[in-house]
Amino acid sequence: MTLTETPKAIAGASTFVDDRLGAGPFLKRNLRKIFPDHWSFLLGEIALYSFILLLLTGTFLTFWFRPSMGDVVYNGSYAPLQGVEMSEAYASTLHISFDVRGGLLIRQMHHWAAIMFIAGMMAHALRVFFTGAYRKPREFNYLIGVILLTLALFEGLTGYSLPDDLLSGAGLRITEGVILSIPLVGTYIMTFLFGGEYPGDDIISRFYTIHILLIPGILLALITAHLILMWVQKHTQQAGPGRTEHNVVGAPFYPAFMAKAGAYTLFTFAVITLLATFAQINPIWLFGPYTPADISAGSQPDFYMGFLEGSLRLMPAWEINVWGHTLPMSVLIPALVPLGIVMTGLALYPFLEQWVTGDRREHHMADRPRNNPHRTAIGITAVTFYGLLWLLGANDEISANFKIPLYVTTIVGRFLIILGPVLAYWITYRICIGLQRRDGELLSHGVESGVIKRLPHGEYIEVHSPPAHDLAEHIRGARKAIPAIDAAPDADGIPPKTARGPLGKLRTMMSKTYASAVLPLEDGHGNGHHADGEHAAVGAGEQKELH
Amino acid sequence: MTETNENEERVPRRVIGTPTTPASPLGEAPVATQAPPDPGVKAADEDGARRAERIVALLFTITFLAGIAFIVSYVYFQVGDIDKTATSNLALGTSLSVALLALAVGIVVWVRQIMPKYNLIQERHPMASSTADREYVSETFVQGANESGFVKRKMLRRTLLLAAAPLGLLPIILLRDLGPMPGVSLRHTVWKKGLRLTVEGTGQPIRASDFDSPGGILSVVPEGYEHDLNALAKATLILIKLRPQDIKAGTNLNWTHDGIIAYSKICTHVGCPAALYEQTTHHILCPCHQSTFDAADGAKVIFGPAARPLPQLPIAVDGEGFLVAQSDFDVPVGPSFWERGDAEAEAREKKAS
Amino acid sequence: MIGTGISVNSITAKRRHPLARFAVVALALGILGGGYALTTPTGGTADAAVASGRADDVSEGRNLFVAHCASCHGWNAEGTAKAPTLVGVGAAAVDFQVSSGRMPAADAGAQVPRKPLAPWVTPATTAQLAAYIQSLGGGPTVPSKEQVNPAMGDAAKGGELFRANCIQCHNFVGAGGALTYGKYAPSLNEATDAQIYEAMVTGPQAMPVFNDATITPDEKRDMIAYITGVRSQVDPGGSGLGRIGPVTEGLVGWIVGLSLLILAAIWITAKKRQTS
Repeated sequence: MTLTETPKAIAGASTFVDDRLGAGPFLKRNLRKIFPDHWSFLLGEIALYSFILLLLTGTFLTFWFRPSMGDVVYNGSYAPLQGVEMSEAYASTLHISFDVRGGLLIRQMHHWAAIMFIAGMMAHALRVFFTGAYRKPREFNYLIGVILLTLALFEGLTGYSLPDDLLSGAGLRITEGVILSIPLVGTYIMTFLFGGEYPGDDIISRFYTIHILLIPGILLALITAHLILMWVQKHTQQAGPGRTEHNVVGAPFYPAFMAKAGAYTLFTFAVITLLATFAQINPIWLFGPYTPADISAGSQPDFYMGFLEGSLRLMPAWEINVWGHTLPMSVLIPALVPLGIVMTGLALYPFLEQWVTGDRREHHMADRPRNNPHRTAIGITAVTFYGLLWLLGANDEISANFKIPLYVTTIVGRFLIILGPVLAYWITYRICIGLQRRDGELLSHGVESGVIKRLPHGEYIEVHSPPAHDLAEHIRGARKAIPAIDAAPDADGIPPKTARGPLGKLRTMMSKTYASAVLPLEDGHGNGHHADGEHAAVGAGEQKELH
Repeated sequence: MTETNENEERVPRRVIGTPTTPASPLGEAPVATQAPPDPGVKAADEDGARRAERIVALLFTITFLAGIAFIVSYVYFQVGDIDKTATSNLALGTSLSVALLALAVGIVVWVRQIMPKYNLIQERHPMASSTADREYVSETFVQGANESGFVKRKMLRRTLLLAAAPLGLLPIILLRDLGPMPGVSLRHTVWKKGLRLTVEGTGQPIRASDFDSPGGILSVVPEGYEHDLNALAKATLILIKLRPQDIKAGTNLNWTHDGIIAYSKICTHVGCPAALYEQTTHHILCPCHQSTFDAADGAKVIFGPAARPLPQLPIAVDGEGFLVAQSDFDVPVGPSFWERGDAEAEAREKKAS
Repeated sequence: MIGTGISVNSITAKRRHPLARFAVVALALGILGGGYALTTPTGGTADAAVASGRADDVSEGRNLFVAHCASCHGWNAEGTAKAPTLVGVGAAAVDFQVSSGRMPAADAGAQVPRKPLAPWVTPATTAQLAAYIQSLGGGPTVPSKEQVNPAMGDAAKGGELFRANCIQCHNFVGAGGALTYGKYAPSLNEATDAQIYEAMVTGPQAMPVFNDATITPDEKRDMIAYITGVRSQVDPGGSGLGRIGPVTEGLVGWIVGLSLLILAAIWITAKKRQTS
């Protein structure tokens, strides 16, 4: 059966809507909007669908959760805590876990969705960074993304604290210590936030409001803006046959992309449900109720806060006392500097890159990371920095499980945090250049076919076949020169204004370096005299052409 | 699907009875502007599509059954103890996972095997508006600004700004009652002369003669404050029994009793309870950031990010032989803060004078 | 050493007497000629000085000691540069160290680990060795079955004490944790009821001592009830992921969760190789 016209029910309803809203032109333009296909374009959707699931499961949890620090004696069904004094928040979380059908599943889904929300955002941010998808005209949307990531960290922190268990309390205590370290206003912020002395009676209900209303509200608004901007600006695409900076090639929103997005929503929900079914998360009944007097070995934050934990652990003792005032540097530096470097660096990068390259053009083609070696190396350096801090945030678990003395992990970590990123930069840069060369060889020499042929005069050659059309187009289309600012002196030998002074010289230098990392592509061979697909692999001197 | 199928079959529109209103946004536009089949839309192979349809139908049916299984599990598996909860979680979670997964896989098979293969091209347009539009907007803006009188009338402009200033501050002012001023609350704990030390968890006061095993440690809270978390956040102690010959110069001996020393349990780094005690080395280790203190030597820092020793509480025994505090700590306990200053130096000076 | 045995026997008869432990100390000191300055007070009750303290046990224990322990701990357990004195550590310490395989130690690392028992170690030989060490200078004794029976403890109360005193090193379910210089708090998963008790009263290796006067035997039994109850409890939410908290959760999120979703994304967006 094939439809020849819109079914009456739908036509009637859509007419009703259209008469009142005039949605026709919008739908006309957008129903068949084209979306390019690549798996990496779905990473952000992981975060989006996790967020939807967070709203759904979070709402369920609020029906039973009591955000109160009032004392109760537990008499629920978890025997090892019966008769124990605890806060209402903790007792109600136990109630959700053990006395509400499906409560434990939904609680675990909520926590796993939070993990996937932030993991998805990070993976998406890396994709955007490494493919240069933040470039003009997408800087606004990129900045919204950076804000979303920052907000998500606070959303996670406030949510982690709500059950008021011993582990989350440790996180809250560290938060208090960090707030206290802030010069001038730290003690005020602390007493205002906690409603007096730590822990007070207010922090859970305050965090609750922040966690379920304030931050989700902002997140929802910004996510909507993020999606609208993506829609309006159209998605970036990867180089390939028929793809240019001025078009977008792919499948239409209706019906294909819509169905794919729906399927991916379900996949995200399904994976989170699978995790919640088979992997226990945040077993608060094992931690016990919070008291500032106790703590467990291996107290850790959730993964996204791990880098802060790591930097606090790595920092050597340092405190400055002057004129009756205290600057606890061993708290201030690790709590603010890494977060500042990563987030500020992320936010400023598009503008720094524009300043260095002088490139003010619009870009809609995704770069291949290898084709911008310095950017990729900078990204990997940041990832290494973050990753090492994250890893060292778990140094006690590493020490306990791999039998490495605890202080050794810290001391090695202090060196690694400097050396690791530097090394990562160099290695990444070399790998990128190597990959560029390989691309060049692929185009000029073709693909090794594995067939060895003996020529009449006795020489052995391997038969090379030219790369598939779409692959070649992909390689060729993505290899673009990076522009550099014009620093050439004029006729009188005076460099342009932008290249003068120490800053100008630095800029010129960086610009040259940044641009010079793209090797020109010479693929005359593949289409030229080796069109027969054969190429002497032995004794050929082609290497020099590729530098 | 409408458009695709019509592309292939070109069936003329049937109009039966009264023609529908021509304004339907779903029905009208695509049909009216029927283009020749787009080369970017490659229909699926019909045999494959038929096979795929059966697979998709099977998957959708699985979702249906798993949904039923979820409802049955909900009704059948009760919660109420840990084993029951485990079973319920497994049953609900598995059925929900299967339902979601089968539906997801079904839709993907549908998209991949039944829907056409698309390679459609759409033009991009520069984001920037046309010069004419920009000029128009710019002119309108200037015109409006002039018409409003905002530019010309200084008093209007200035008083408006003046009016806005306090309004903007109001939300911040309103937050003032979130909490009290810090005052000196961070400098004091509930410890005072004669207040008994009790064992955390049992609430029993501690007879010095009972705490007689070198290498012993206890987590201690002030009597009467066992459940006052605000008090505990500053006043919790670790009580350590050392052999007298192990005690080093950093420890204030006047504040100990028979080798029993009381230190604040609250780490001077960011406030975690520093409570891992190794009786062989006398190390007190904080599990959060691994600051390590030497309990035999006035809890001085020997590793990690903490910058100050754990404060020592002066203790003594009362008439009945129970351990009591001699006074409050002489320095603020816990993490450093701006107003803290070098309290240790001040305390030393005070003692000297 | 027969004399020692007899004196222990005489204590056995009066073991409930409040002065019993002082008697043990005094007699042991007397027999050894006051040669040792007792720097390690006893702390434990003399409750079970006890069942094991028969004369032949002590002499058998002495033989075992000479064969397996004396090379490090000294001919008369007086201690050497390699290992501490065992005078006054009590039968509980011997039972803990030997029954958990820690002693005799294989090598001198930062910490002596739990390991499979040596062939000669049986409950009987352990008791003999314990009786011999007990005879040297008293000390905490091996608890009775009843004293460590989890079924008789109050797990909820024990949980509070466990959180106040143990989890900072052993983690919230006794999974263990790191200490300084390669030392570590071992996992409690393999510890028997008696071993948990003995560890508390004797403070093996870096572990501090929790004597019976400050944490009573009943309270210790509550803690044993909590520890053994929670470790055998199912994880209602699926795999416990080692029960060490968010570190493994984060790893699973990235490695399992994100990988599965990326695989799904690759499948959804993969180019169709259609037969058309």
